[in-house]
Amino acid sequence: MSDPHSALGGASFDGFATVRDVGPVGMITLRADAGLAALPEAIATAIGLALPKPRRIVRRGERAIGWMSPDEWLLVMPYSQVSGTLEKLNNALTGQYFLAVDVSDARTVFHISGPLATDVLAKLSPVDLTALAPDELRRTRIAQVACAFWKDDAGYTLVSFRSVAGYVMALLTHSAQPGSELALS
Amino acid sequence: MSSRLPKGGRLIDRSAAQEFTFNGKRLRGYAGDTLASALLANDQMLVGRSFKYHRPRGIVASGPEEPNALMNLGQGARLEPNQRATTTELFDGLTAASQNHWPSLEYDVGVLNNYAARFLPAGFYYKTFIHPRAFWKHVFEPIIRHSAGLGRAPKDRDADRYEHAYAFCDVLVIGGGIAGLQAALVAAQVGARVWLLEQSPHWGGRAPVDGLEIDGKPAQDWTSATIDTLTRMPNVTLRLRCTGAGVYDHGYVLADERVADHTPGDGRPKQRLWRIRAAKIVTATGAIERPLSFAGNDIPGVMLASTVRDYVVNHAVSPGDRTVIVTNNDDAYRTAIALKTAGLDVPVIIDARASATGALPEAARALGIRVETGRAIAKVKGGKRVTGISLCLQAGEGSVLEDIACDAVAMSGGWSPVVHLWSHCGGKLIWDTDQVCFRPDAAKPPITHDGSAMVIAAGAANGALDDAAILPDARAAGTAAALAAGFAPEQPEEPSVSSAYNYQIESIWVMPQGAGHDLRSKMWLDYQNDVKVSDVQLAAREGYESVEHTKRYTTLGMATDQGKLSNINGLAVLSQALNADIPQVGTTTFRPPYTPVTLGALAGEARGEIFQPLRRTPIHEWHEKTGAYFEPVGQWRRPYCFPNAGETYEQAVHREISNVRENIGLLDASTLGKIIVKGPDAGKFLDMLYTGVMSTLPIGKCRYGLMCSENGFLMDDGVVARIDDQTFLCHTTTGGADRIHAHMEDWLQCEWWDWQVYTANVTEQYAQIAVVGPKARELLENLGGMDVTKEALPFMQWADGSLAGFPVRVYRISFSGELSYEIAVPASHGLTFWQACLDAGEGLGVMPYGTEALHVLRAEKGFIMIGDETDGTVIPQDLGLNWAISKKKSDYLGKRGQERANLTDPDRWTLVGLETLDGSVIPEGAYAVDEGNNPNGQRNVQGRVTSTYHSPTLGRGIAMGLIRRGPQRMGETVEFPKVGGGSVLARIVDPVFFDKNGDQQNV
Repeated sequence: MSDPHSALGGASFDGFATVRDVGPVGMITLRADAGLAALPEAIATAIGLALPKPRRIVRRGERAIGWMSPDEWLLVMPYSQVSGTLEKLNNALTGQYFLAVDVSDARTVFHISGPLATDVLAKLSPVDLTALAPDELRRTRIAQVACAFWKDDAGYTLVSFRSVAGYVMALLTHSAQPGSELALS
Repeated sequence: MSSRLPKGGRLIDRSAAQEFTFNGKRLRGYAGDTLASALLANDQMLVGRSFKYHRPRGIVASGPEEPNALMNLGQGARLEPNQRATTTELFDGLTAASQNHWPSLEYDVGVLNNYAARFLPAGFYYKTFIHPRAFWKHVFEPIIRHSAGLGRAPKDRDADRYEHAYAFCDVLVIGGGIAGLQAALVAAQVGARVWLLEQSPHWGGRAPVDGLEIDGKPAQDWTSATIDTLTRMPNVTLRLRCTGAGVYDHGYVLADERVADHTPGDGRPKQRLWRIRAAKIVTATGAIERPLSFAGNDIPGVMLASTVRDYVVNHAVSPGDRTVIVTNNDDAYRTAIALKTAGLDVPVIIDARASATGALPEAARALGIRVETGRAIAKVKGGKRVTGISLCLQAGEGSVLEDIACDAVAMSGGWSPVVHLWSHCGGKLIWDTDQVCFRPDAAKPPITHDGSAMVIAAGAANGALDDAAILPDARAAGTAAALAAGFAPEQPEEPSVSSAYNYQIESIWVMPQGAGHDLRSKMWLDYQNDVKVSDVQLAAREGYESVEHTKRYTTLGMATDQGKLSNINGLAVLSQALNADIPQVGTTTFRPPYTPVTLGALAGEARGEIFQPLRRTPIHEWHEKTGAYFEPVGQWRRPYCFPNAGETYEQAVHREISNVRENIGLLDASTLGKIIVKGPDAGKFLDMLYTGVMSTLPIGKCRYGLMCSENGFLMDDGVVARIDDQTFLCHTTTGGADRIHAHMEDWLQCEWWDWQVYTANVTEQYAQIAVVGPKARELLENLGGMDVTKEALPFMQWADGSLAGFPVRVYRISFSGELSYEIAVPASHGLTFWQACLDAGEGLGVMPYGTEALHVLRAEKGFIMIGDETDGTVIPQDLGLNWAISKKKSDYLGKRGQERANLTDPDRWTLVGLETLDGSVIPEGAYAVDEGNNPNGQRNVQGRVTSTYHSPTLGRGIAMGLIRRGPQRMGETVEFPKVGGGSVLARIVDPVFFDKNGDQQNV
């Protein structure tokens, strides 16, 4: 079998900020009741992280777990670790009421970096980015499609659906055009 | 004539000359000019023609209220119509052209309307509708259509970029005059996040022009110092060239930033639309001066008094050597003083009031200017420019006392606070009798989610028209806004305006007060739409008592300036005609935007490639490279067919169909919805969602299901696969994936919240490829890795495994009647797996096929298609799908609905096949006619076509349709009339045209 291909093959654009397709990233959607007793340990076993608070993401290295809704989490890990992590989750939660599915290929992950990365998103998402907490996972829209993003040291990691990857890349490219900086301060 | 003064001009840079053209004429101005000031500096008094009478029009104002100086700006892909010269910054190479004239600005044939004015009275348009009836269509409508519209519509694609941006703040201050600066400063000093917007390229507003002093220093010094302070505060954002266009619920404000209007082609976005969410909004939008109504007040050279001093002080532009001032208030005297100071002549100040004893009139008199109180202008003389005025008594009927030669007239009818943004969300106004204006009623502000005031007006916009009142009012507004946004204001330092000037005005609207009809029909209220005092009075006589009706009847305030100059004067005239008080008559509604926002800014980034999201499958790239002809399916683009060189689309479709029936076809079915449903109650849930029974489906098997709305109408269909004891995978239609997922969540979250079921939409996780045709199994065997024999993987079963090393799930399902495998692979392997299938099928005659072949293949088999056979009014029973409806289940969504009398009527139109007698194809959407006509004289109908194709397999036209009692009428012939005459006759037959026993697919 060949290597996995992300929707944009690692495309990037250097404007006043840099925008790039991060390539294949492992993701699992986990649905379960937040009060499920076995959940924290299952998460710890599967991905080695603690459950995040509402609207937060817990990150360590290439792994992360984000709160998506009162009964949904997004687990992030290297692409190659998805099947192993799914297996651990399924084993740890055997007999429980839950759903864990691989959604790695249903998504495209972008990274927006540079000192003005915030400007790129401020044009496309109705979010008060100055009020974004450091460990906040924000589910919102980017122009006309759904997305989620969080802040990291170098900028923002943004997740969209795979089918609209080209649209999102074109949006980010439009937004990051040199000369269109927002000059907010 | 108007000209450039030898010195002065606080905004212009005489070292930076800039060339521009007006109607092809090359002219020069300076950096810092507006197009209007540069035109005046070149003695271009005549700048346009009015809309209805094509009267000569000059510049009246110096800001966004300008009704006359509308230009076609730029050329080709940068042409913009209806741009106000007064707010257009001059730049080198600017091209402007005047509007609404033919053949030229100077000689305009349309001016004939002027002489026919008595035949074009108020309500002319409405009256033409009434009688004679034939005239509207054949006479008036063509004439009005020809003369309608001011600027030319651009024909080329806009060359510029636009964008949106979102902002959030505690206090948004709109207006960067001294009031706005003061309010922003107060709020910022206590830590509020403040945004300050100014529509022009300069801070400070009118104060520097009007000579205000703050703490003993010129207003400009204080402005510069305050901006300096604000710039250094991290919690403050300042925006010039940014108009607060509209205020909406919950502190939402649209602001239009003209980023590169004045630097076209420099690569920056031309405009940026800010979408701001503010806790509190301070409107420091100033005030707009009103014209006075006297005969000939529209002749080029008649300007607002404030405008005249703006051009003198800001741009060193003289409106003419001799300027007559006419006023009903003290403020206009500032203009006389400014003109005199610039070395220009003011022959007379005509003050309609009986006496003028304020500080400013006294200052004017001290300069030796002649002041005539109790006087009025009987009429202005001149055609394309002012040549003089006739003086008369204000109290009289207009008998001329004296003729005075002059080059310009500066008029002031008083000041109207700009209350638009206050009013957009329902802020109320009160009539201020002393100051003769509407101003915001602080007791009835627009309110926000918690019932508190959303908008606070400041300075002149709040009716603080006395110089000394502006800053205290703005401080109070800034303090209130910060407090309401949750900040505790300190006692700020208090700069004050050290001017003793108080605003004094009398309520005088028309001069002279006893003017006869001939004078009143030359007094313009709305310059752009040619509405005169006599028109409003006529409307009142004809019974238009409501100001809203009068507005629409006369078109007062309906031009591109939205009545910024004319509305108050118009309603004052109306109130006099109705013998009512002004507050009783009231104002028309103020609606966003304050000034026009170009469609490009509203569209933002949403144009061209990113006009809307385009969804692509993992294999999309291959389709594009192969030259597929696409069709939109929702936001997807799916290949309709893959034409070979020289093939028509129809030929390609027929080739693809035949190849599927004879060899093997590949379909990109990735767009089909795939929803995982899991949980202890998953089977029970699906039994409610589908008309059939899903809970009994054995693991490893597939079952076709129908989903109905509560009303019983068929909404989606697809194959369900049982994955394990608690897990199902539901396929939906391409367009149904998101909708059906939402439908499931709706029922789970709102109705059956105690059922243990989770869903996940994994549509995009997989590429799904249908391998279809008699040689499909051979292709899979060539790929290798799985037993795909009939025994190991029979029809309507699925299996996980590996093909050519790819992890796959293979479904033995068929939408074509052929041997068919639908293979799901992770999307990131979709393209390579597709290629692997093509390679493995080489020598087997493999070809891709598109959606049209898919449609014909399923129609040959009589399979229904959601959206073709269904339209939201069709139930499964109409389609002969009773076999897929469980009789045993006590309930499912739609069951009760389907029992309603209308849906059990035996006369319902029901699905049949239609075979044309002559082999032709029935036109799409055709109706089967019945005997006789209905009460409307239309032919009765008994059914319609739902799908109709040429079947290359059968070599004839086939169709499916809904016919009254169809299945009971096998063999009957029905008639389908064609558009343009003639009919197609078709025989009612079984909808399964091909392989009725299913031998082809079950091999």
